[in-house]
Amino acid sequence: MARVVVDVMLKPEILDPQGQAVQRALPRLGFEGISDVRQGKRFELEVDGPVDEAALARIHDLAESFLANTVIEDFTVKVEEAAEAVK
Amino acid sequence: MTARIGVVTFPGSLDDRDTQRAIRLAGAEPVALWHKDKDLGQVDAVVLPGGFSYGDYLRAGAISRFSPVMESVIEQAKGGLPVLGICNGFQVLTEAHLLPGAMLGNDHLHFICRDQKLRVENATTAWTGDFRSGQEIHIPLKNMDGRYVADEYTLDKLEAEGRVVFRYLDFNPNGSLRDIAGITNEAGNVVGLMPHPEHAVESLIGTGRTDGLPFFTSILKKLVNA
Repeated sequence: MARVVVDVMLKPEILDPQGQAVQRALPRLGFEGISDVRQGKRFELEVDGPVDEAALARIHDLAESFLANTVIEDFTVKVEEAAEAVK
Repeated sequence: MTARIGVVTFPGSLDDRDTQRAIRLAGAEPVALWHKDKDLGQVDAVVLPGGFSYGDYLRAGAISRFSPVMESVIEQAKGGLPVLGICNGFQVLTEAHLLPGAMLGNDHLHFICRDQKLRVENATTAWTGDFRSGQEIHIPLKNMDGRYVADEYTLDKLEAEGRVVFRYLDFNPNGSLRDIAGITNEAGNVVGLMPHPEHAVESLIGTGRTDGLPFFTSILKKLVNA
């Protein structure tokens, strides 16, 4: 088993009111010096079998057609090294 | 022969019954369609109603876009089948790429529910023939994810081709770019809008006006004359 992480973010030109609401709350919490916050989504996919090129290509298709809406969002796909030994 | 207009029920649809009722009041025959049905059963047009299909998980309309019924709706819409998407239905149509752009959370982050004034910008689509171009109407609006966005090129193209069908007047309730409330595809058979015409078809309830009824009489007239 391996984990593939898909990160999805709104494109830079798309207004992110959720991120803005978070950013505006920061000074009230004593966090200064953060000029912008954008909020995204992270998907962790547990993949059965080897994460070879073919598996990654399929996950890329999945991200492009379903997990992200590429009209408004960008995405990245990366394989996460298993932190714990896989039995 | 009465026109048969299908209304799809997804898990989480709320306004399917209201839409069926509006269709009946307009004089057509509503046909209940289930999201798992691949077969549309000889309907002359389809309405994707409002609600929160699949709880709006992932993105509004994103999961329902892959339901079996949508395979047929997408295929037949490309062949000219008239399709109207109301609110969540509009979101499904953008997710299915039958209409350009995308729907995002309201810019003020709140759910909004109000009587909304609109201008009918295009009275030549399959669903707006009984309006006059430039006509101002009031119909209810209620949504969480009603912010229409598209890139500048797409927005300019929509404007140039007269594909902005409805625009918000006096008040932009969700931050939609260029006050866009509804659009159509190139052929004019697929229309999506955020406000709810099915809630303004009887003078006794809702806005007290029947400004939503022409949507359903428009399609009926078009089908009967076809």
